[in-house]
Amino acid sequence: MSVMIDTGNYIAAKAAVMARPAVVPAYPITPQTTLVEGIANYVKTGEFKGEYICVESEHSAMAACIGASATGVRTFTGTSSHGLLLMHEMLHWAALARLPIVMCNINRVVGPGWNIWTDENDSISQRDTGWIQFYCSSNQEIFDTVIQSFKLAEHEKVQLPVMISYNAFILSHTSMPVYVPDQKDVDNFIPKRIPKWKLDVDNPITFGNIILPAAYEKVRKDMQDSQEYAKKLIPEISKEWKKQFGRHHGDLLELYKCEDAGYILLSMGAIGAESKVSIDNLRKEGIKIGLARVRCFRPFPREEVLKLGKQADLIVIDRNISVGMEGAVFTEVKAALYNNSDAKAYGFIAGLGGKDVTFGDIEKMCKKVVNGKAKQLEWFGFEGV
Amino acid sequence: MAIKNLPREECYLPGSAACPGCPATMALRITFKALGKNTMMIVPACCTAVIESLHPHTSFDIPTMNIAFEAAAAGASGVEAGLRMQGKTDTTVVAWAGDGGTYDIGIQALSGALERGTNFIYICYNNEIYSNTGIQRSGATPYGAWTTTTVGGKTEFRKEMGEIIQAHHIPYAAQTCIAYPEDMYKKLVKAKGIKGPKYIEIMAPCPPGWRFSMEKTVEMGTMAVETGAWALYEVENDKVTFNGKSKLILEKKIERKPIEDWIKHQGRFRHLFKPKKDVKRIKTIEDHIDLIWERYRKRHL
Amino acid sequence: MKKYDVVTTISYPKKGAMGKTGTWRVFRPILDKVKCVKCLRCWIYCPEATVIRNKDDTVDIDYEYCKGCGICANVCKVKAITMEREGKKK
Repeated sequence: MSVMIDTGNYIAAKAAVMARPAVVPAYPITPQTTLVEGIANYVKTGEFKGEYICVESEHSAMAACIGASATGVRTFTGTSSHGLLLMHEMLHWAALARLPIVMCNINRVVGPGWNIWTDENDSISQRDTGWIQFYCSSNQEIFDTVIQSFKLAEHEKVQLPVMISYNAFILSHTSMPVYVPDQKDVDNFIPKRIPKWKLDVDNPITFGNIILPAAYEKVRKDMQDSQEYAKKLIPEISKEWKKQFGRHHGDLLELYKCEDAGYILLSMGAIGAESKVSIDNLRKEGIKIGLARVRCFRPFPREEVLKLGKQADLIVIDRNISVGMEGAVFTEVKAALYNNSDAKAYGFIAGLGGKDVTFGDIEKMCKKVVNGKAKQLEWFGFEGV
Repeated sequence: MAIKNLPREECYLPGSAACPGCPATMALRITFKALGKNTMMIVPACCTAVIESLHPHTSFDIPTMNIAFEAAAAGASGVEAGLRMQGKTDTTVVAWAGDGGTYDIGIQALSGALERGTNFIYICYNNEIYSNTGIQRSGATPYGAWTTTTVGGKTEFRKEMGEIIQAHHIPYAAQTCIAYPEDMYKKLVKAKGIKGPKYIEIMAPCPPGWRFSMEKTVEMGTMAVETGAWALYEVENDKVTFNGKSKLILEKKIERKPIEDWIKHQGRFRHLFKPKKDVKRIKTIEDHIDLIWERYRKRHL
Repeated sequence: MKKYDVVTTISYPKKGAMGKTGTWRVFRPILDKVKCVKCLRCWIYCPEATVIRNKDDTVDIDYEYCKGCGICANVCKVKAITMEREGKKK
């Protein structure tokens, strides 16, 4: 093991290369660029022995990932914002094809107005593609989650692609010390991929031809079953990681001071990390509050959220908006509670367009709920919060 | 190369979903014969995606991967890299797309794959329309032709895909036609033996799309070449060689036949003949073909 | 043929994947073996691979799957193949 002090993108590049993918097709987009530049540098140093394909668009990046993955090899890519949106069609394709591609997405605002700061609307709008979705809150978590994601994606009962999202600049371009395990330990943790199907001249199948409704529905049902299975597997992988490397970032949720809490805050990504400071401060003021950082958005931790709803009222901060409704996590949280809990849930929209959300801001939002002044849905920074 | 020397092996299995008289299956049979079983095919949305037939069965006896409409060449880059990383460098990777997936929606991915030197054969079977979706105009549809989206006849000339491909300066590119199976076979075999990106375009007259009766597919192909509406040529490292009748037309050893001989058999041009002959538009087509051949002569003679 | 244990759209090669396409036929190709000169044009141009090429380069027609397009008759230079309406009494 060694310690590497570097930005989220270079850490992701390091993790990706240590997972030994055979093929990495990628297209540059701010703020993902240093991730692919990192991998390109590892090509030059010889540390990366796979094929780095400089494609001409993100759509082609994902198409090439699909093609390569269909030959049975491990593949990785990275993108952000508009790049992710351009991939959208192929994201569905990858998931329906049951190809365990792993991808980092740097959460960046969607234009117009060109804006390279962070919010989650890019990845939230890929919610229904069938991809497993993680949100990270530190560079260490980025490293660990990339490696863990290959194990998860390639598990014989999962066989779904995984997207690891982290905040533009707050993580992608901020250096932090990260423990990097030895290559042999990574190799042991994620042995060579065993494909469940592949393009093979000795077994000439056709993939993806015309399919009738009943057979297609089975494919969808199996994806759902696999996401449900992933819910059980994610904690197991986290546990195994902790046993081997001593670190634990939570399972589907990362729980912080929830045991006796009457209020529990739910948030994702960097706001999740910032929230820990707020929780400590609020507790100093005598408010029994805890944090449940949503680490995995798909599959959504429905059962765990319901459990929290049985003990506490829930406060959700979304750095995204499903326009015409509310924040995406807020919707999921309420759905998890429905019919089974009397808990109240409050939603805040905060930090869109990359607007800063500080621990003080988070405290203000929580206090408004605790003081009984919050409406069910609020925009932080508007209406005098 | 005589017909009897073409391999007996078939990787296209009878009883598919193709229309009777389909030029795509004709071309697929020759392609499979030329490339053999150690081949993988990436197919975007096009008639061939239907011709493969219904899940859980397929009419193709070589590994085939369907991919989104605009993604054939990019998918092929991935497949090629995946195979190469496993040491499987003897497998021929083919992207097999229609003219819609090549001239229009797939041109970016195609250009990208050619530029980055993917070792594959991109094959465009060109029926000059979006036929799978029910006969809409594509960038390959010729001037004057009726489609469901050019109801009075197309008002623009088709794109010169051959020139676009040549601008990439790839090791091998060729144009062939389903009416000339030996020519097609020879070009495919040659492409197979060359490393790097290869492009082959196959003229594929479509009976329901062009509105001619299904026994005339070969005839329509022959006439496309004899009227000069389509040219048989190959490009090896920027050296262009015309083949067969096209060579004779280029060298003016034979006259190309009047375009009327070809279009009068196709319902898609019927409005140029009935209720009364549209002399002006027919001449426009004729003049445009002359212009293209003059350009060919200037560059390649 | 190995079957893959995964629920996605994977299909396996089969002759007659769309059933007995011979039932699509309206006209039936009739081959006169005496006239046939074994040029194999019908074999190479058949879009359905239903002109069977025998070892001695004579041909037969696979009526189970022949869709009756008539290309074989049209490309035959010696008129050894004629198209006859299906169901016509001989």
